[in-house]
Amino acid sequence: MKKIGVFVCWCGSNIAATVDVKAVVEACKKEPNVVFAEDYQYICSEIGQNKMADAIRDYKLDGVVICSCSPRMHEATFRKTAEKAGLNPYMIEVANIREQCSWIHKDIEEGTEKAIVLARTAIAKVLLNAPLQAGESKVTKRALVIGGGIAGIQSALDIADAGFEVDIVEKKPSIGGKMSQLDKTFPTLDCSACILTPKMVDVSAHEKINIFAYSEVEAVSGFVGNFTAKIRQKARYVDTAKCTGCRACMEKCPSKKSLNEFNAGLDTRPAIYIPFAQAVPNKATIDPNACIKLKTGKCGICSKVCTAGAIDYEQKDQIIEREYGAIVVATGYNIINLDKFNELGYSDCKDVITSLEFERLTNAAGPTKGHLICPSDGREPKKIVFVQCVGSRGLRPCDKQYCSKICCMYTAKHAMLLREKHPETEVYVFYIDVRTPGKNYDEFYRRAVEQYGVHYIKGQVGKVIEKDGHLEVQASDLLADEQLHIDADLVVLAAAIEADDTARKIGTMLTASMDTNDFFTEAHAKLKPVESPTAGIFLSGMCQGPKDIPDTVAQAGAAAVKVIGLLSKDTLKCNACVASPNENMCNGCSLCATVCPYGAITYVDKEFRIPGGVQVRRVSQVNEAICQGCGACTVACMSGAMDLKGFTNKEIMAEVESICK
Amino acid sequence: MQVENKTFKPTIVAFCCNWCSYAGADLAGSARLSYPAEVKIIRIPCSCRLNPMFILKAFQRGADGVILCGCHPGDCHYTTGNYYARRRMTTLFSMLNYLGIEKERTRVEWVSAAEGAKFSAVMNDFVATITALGENKKLEDLRCKK
Ligand code: FES
Repeated sequence: MKKIGVFVCWCGSNIAATVDVKAVVEACKKEPNVVFAEDYQYICSEIGQNKMADAIRDYKLDGVVICSCSPRMHEATFRKTAEKAGLNPYMIEVANIREQCSWIHKDIEEGTEKAIVLARTAIAKVLLNAPLQAGESKVTKRALVIGGGIAGIQSALDIADAGFEVDIVEKKPSIGGKMSQLDKTFPTLDCSACILTPKMVDVSAHEKINIFAYSEVEAVSGFVGNFTAKIRQKARYVDTAKCTGCRACMEKCPSKKSLNEFNAGLDTRPAIYIPFAQAVPNKATIDPNACIKLKTGKCGICSKVCTAGAIDYEQKDQIIEREYGAIVVATGYNIINLDKFNELGYSDCKDVITSLEFERLTNAAGPTKGHLICPSDGREPKKIVFVQCVGSRGLRPCDKQYCSKICCMYTAKHAMLLREKHPETEVYVFYIDVRTPGKNYDEFYRRAVEQYGVHYIKGQVGKVIEKDGHLEVQASDLLADEQLHIDADLVVLAAAIEADDTARKIGTMLTASMDTNDFFTEAHAKLKPVESPTAGIFLSGMCQGPKDIPDTVAQAGAAAVKVIGLLSKDTLKCNACVASPNENMCNGCSLCATVCPYGAITYVDKEFRIPGGVQVRRVSQVNEAICQGCGACTVACMSGAMDLKGFTNKEIMAEVESICK
Repeated sequence: MQVENKTFKPTIVAFCCNWCSYAGADLAGSARLSYPAEVKIIRIPCSCRLNPMFILKAFQRGADGVILCGCHPGDCHYTTGNYYARRRMTTLFSMLNYLGIEKERTRVEWVSAAEGAKFSAVMNDFVATITALGENKKLEDLRCKK
């Protein structure tokens, strides 16, 4: 007879308040095969774990049921303890009586009754559990970083410094991301380029880092330690090995009308271009949508002026396949499209701009060499209105419900820098709340108000309209309870940020879960903030949620540490709950192999003893290192030969029966 | 018809995939978003692990409603599992319909790990629907009752 032990956790009062733990213990004692049942305040504590280990040894238990929090919290802890005490870790079952019971039921009678059913169900399962052994798989010691902004750069540098190879895949022609477009950074006001470009240079010089710029990840297969990624390196029509970055082609290119993405579309660039002075790699790229030669076949001026002979109009996209042990997602963010915010006039008035455009207009390397002007007529603005929370913290369909986190601080920065450079300019900031948690952040904001005399007004801007060459801002001052009309020269909108538009595609490719805003979900909001629930996928920067640069860099480093921890292992324990076919029942139909998403199932001819001789039959075989244990094959199998260890048909049936008793 | 419904407490089996919906249920728990205690969850690795036989078994043993929760289409941890599950369930549900089982007794819902509120809302709604429907007698095997 199998001997089962049961532990019921109080979880302090988290469980004990709405579940009568003693009653659960008593009920469990009455279940067949249960030789031991006990309650304890905190089973996950060291004392609790020791109690569990002692019981396993003393009662020679064959299986243990722990009624506690979700198995997603402590199943691993309990399994480790069991293993130390000499019990196979898969002979542990957790009945989730906290998240699924005590926390959602207020009535103690109801809670206790349900807890007993859940405990009974776990007992029914553990009785059928079999000891399992996890296999091992090799780890490819190379990491892939998707996105070459500050998040990707930091993660790549940290991983590479630990001695592992890293590939960065960046969709734009240069790494650097949004940070390369910024002028100054809060709260220190140091110049963004001055702190970023050395890092970009480090990346390009690092012998362990490989940059695939102007490239996109197209497909990813495999699993933790053994991913294979297909990378599409888009044709630049320039041989990067030959291009010296001299920019002679840019001067001579006759097609100069393309919007310059790097300057947020405020000026134009030639069809052949290097996005900015410090670009890495510092190589030219031809925009096929603007290049006259590529569109009409006539022109070819760049190839004539290029002394290096780097121009190659025949270049094709290249597909590169590489193997990786871990993947860091650093896809970053964008600001939302403001077309739906008609009332603020962004689409209609040239002098209504986004903060990112403002950033380019004040940047010495920007389209105006840092002279702030009104884009409509080039005059110097005398009165500037900043509008906060445009599209953030709203409930309309065009709004994001979340706080974009960085706007309060960068607006304070903009306002402060403006007043510093042009003390005669009047600066207004309309806000819902000013949110400045962070080291030296509130001090920074207060400096803007107290030292620089920026007018902060609590209230929302209802409308911005163009009136005889300037903008009329209609707003309410909530504290003074009055309507305001401000004649402004320039209106700057703090547009909400959103996940990059490639994020969803990449999330699907990686089978990494995302929230409804297309931000990647972390494995645990507090305890695993840089891990995706999908093993081997790590999150860096804004792809996980709005973040400023310090937070991004910190998170990027944390993600790198996790990657290093993974890559420093030679082998990984595989999932022990894998599919396993019963060869005697298998008829070799290969239905299981067709539904397997991993290609883990193959067929072999095997000899079987039958009365009076041997028979050769084709039967399925599961590669346990590849199988991820989804169970698709178990249902596809018509003869019922395929089963999933740890979640066998019998075990699940027993659970069903126990619940329906 | 079902006058006795005031005291009728249905038996509900909820199969939840480990990666999204089980996590969504956990989130509903930690956010204290309650739903009726009649719902009992069975954790399966992926929605595609759900053998239609498990649902039939549940009805045979007296379940009044069975719900399958998985990751949103496209988000399955194993890439394609929920597509298989969706097709299998469609087939099973039409068979159950043929047998005269009310189609409200079975349901498939996609609940992500971030959708604790949705999980709770779905369960509240499902229990309300089943309670209104009353007991499932058609498929129950009375011999299984002691
Ligand atoms: S893992 Fe959730 S449906 Fe496949």
